[in-house]
Amino acid sequence: MNKEPMITIRNLTMRLGGRDVLHNVNLEIGRGETLVVMGLSGVGKSTLLKCMTGLLKPANGTIIIEGKDITKLKPAELNELRKNIGMVFQSPALFDSLTVGENVAFGLREHTRLPEEEIQRIVAEKLAIVDLEGMESLFPSQLSGGMQKRASLARTITTNPEVILYDEPTTGLDPIMSNVINELIMYLQKEFSVTSVVVTHDLESAFKIGNQIAMLYEAVIVEKGSPEEIKKSENPVVKQFITGSALGPIKV
Amino acid sequence: MLIIIEDFGLSVIRLFEYIGGLVFLFLETLGWIGRGSIRPRLTVEQMAILGVNSILIVVVTTAFAGAVLSLELAKQAVKFGVGRYVGGGVAIAMIREFGPMLTAIVVAGRAGSAITAELGSMKVTEQIDALMALATNPVRYLVVPRFLACIVMIPMLTMFANLAGTTGGGIVAYFLAGIEPHIFLNSIKNTVILSDLWRGLDKSIVFAAEIALVSCFQGLNTTGGAAGVGQATTGSVVYSIILIFISNFLLSAWLFPIH
Ligand SMILES: Nc1ncnc2c1ncn2[C@@H]1O[C@H](COP(=O)(O)OP(=O)(O)OP(=O)(O)O)[C@@H](O)[C@H]1O
Ligand SMILES: [Mg+2]
Repeated sequence: MNKEPMITIRNLTMRLGGRDVLHNVNLEIGRGETLVVMGLSGVGKSTLLKCMTGLLKPANGTIIIEGKDITKLKPAELNELRKNIGMVFQSPALFDSLTVGENVAFGLREHTRLPEEEIQRIVAEKLAIVDLEGMESLFPSQLSGGMQKRASLARTITTNPEVILYDEPTTGLDPIMSNVINELIMYLQKEFSVTSVVVTHDLESAFKIGNQIAMLYEAVIVEKGSPEEIKKSENPVVKQFITGSALGPIKV
Repeated sequence: MLIIIEDFGLSVIRLFEYIGGLVFLFLETLGWIGRGSIRPRLTVEQMAILGVNSILIVVVTTAFAGAVLSLELAKQAVKFGVGRYVGGGVAIAMIREFGPMLTAIVVAGRAGSAITAELGSMKVTEQIDALMALATNPVRYLVVPRFLACIVMIPMLTMFANLAGTTGGGIVAYFLAGIEPHIFLNSIKNTVILSDLWRGLDKSIVFAAEIALVSCFQGLNTTGGAAGVGQATTGSVVYSIILIFISNFLLSAWLFPIH
């Protein structure tokens, strides 16, 4: 593994609705590593991911991906970098005027000159991975929530990005399907050295897929470590979060 | 009092921000078109949608507008014994003013609102974010095809509108004022010159740009969920119509000066 981290976030501050949703956040994600970000609903996890792909401009701080500061890139350079960063949105954000097949083929049609048969083949292959074989011609509105989530995942992985940001990829999926997605995330890491940031509430999958786990609480990272370190953490916020207890510093 | 002034100041700032946003979108759109970054398939698709959505309502509204115009004109003209000039009057009014204006207003209500609703709902469901995350520029992918479709289709619809309005006028002139069709047509031939047609179409190109930019801008800047989409759509129609009226006056004063 390359020593230089793939993603370096320094002093990231993001203001939304008049308050700091993220305040001086620092994170490093090594090449080929999977970082899991946990935290309460509304703490700013999706906001963090959106900053990392340049969809939100932070008030302060830098986000360096592959040596480039994403907060300072020109639109054309940002687009170039984005070809290498996949994002799975929390709301699946499928294009509802396109079929599932067209959604999944989107990146290939936009950014490659592959022949149509090849595109069809890749689309079928990716849909099979997320267990949506033969659903190319359906529209997103004809899929269930979980199926949309999986189609959205397929759309993200078709172009083989080196960095993938997953916003709650298993939320709303049954346990078996969740496990399929966890296996997929680990497979992409193993086979293609994909660097991942996974936002999840699912502790089981967090401990399974994460090389590092970071806990976001009240705009800052209160703890970061390996799954073992997190399990043994003495931090009361982390302890309360992973035991799901009603008692502790987190007000419910 | 201070609050009123402050409020007023704030709205003026917002107005300029809004106009600035429109101008910026216009320049960006022209930039993509200038670089030849046009998606033929998407553009043709939008042209088809716009044409199909609007042709019937454009033809019906302008036919009746021409009819009512002819009704009023013919009444007066026949009274003064100049019924043979009605055709020219109706045609000039249609081709210079009512054809381009009514078409633009109808399209703003029918197709402009649809554009805002579509882009607005894409915005609030994060599809625009997804587009950008997939390294695709939303102006290039969404705005340019819609802009070009408006620029091509609205003048075409305007020609249909001119034809429908004049025909409507002719029919009314014949049945209600007894003006023979050949007299009506002759009057048109003697009055209308080709440059009237071109100038009318020039106006409709300006209206088309206004409709496309306002409706796309409103859509791309939608916030606040489904309710926000409704507000953005209403705003799109209102702002388009205001712009059409203002620019129509300015263009008419410039293109058709009083000698
Ligand atoms: N456009 C916005 N304007 C104002 N505040 C916003 C906006 N978007 C998000 N927020 C606020 O930012 C905070 C973080 O939102 P975010 O979506 O990042 O949370 P999250 O951690 O992903 O939550 P969840 O687990 O429920 O998805 C929330 O408290 C939300 O109210
Ligand atoms: Mg979220």
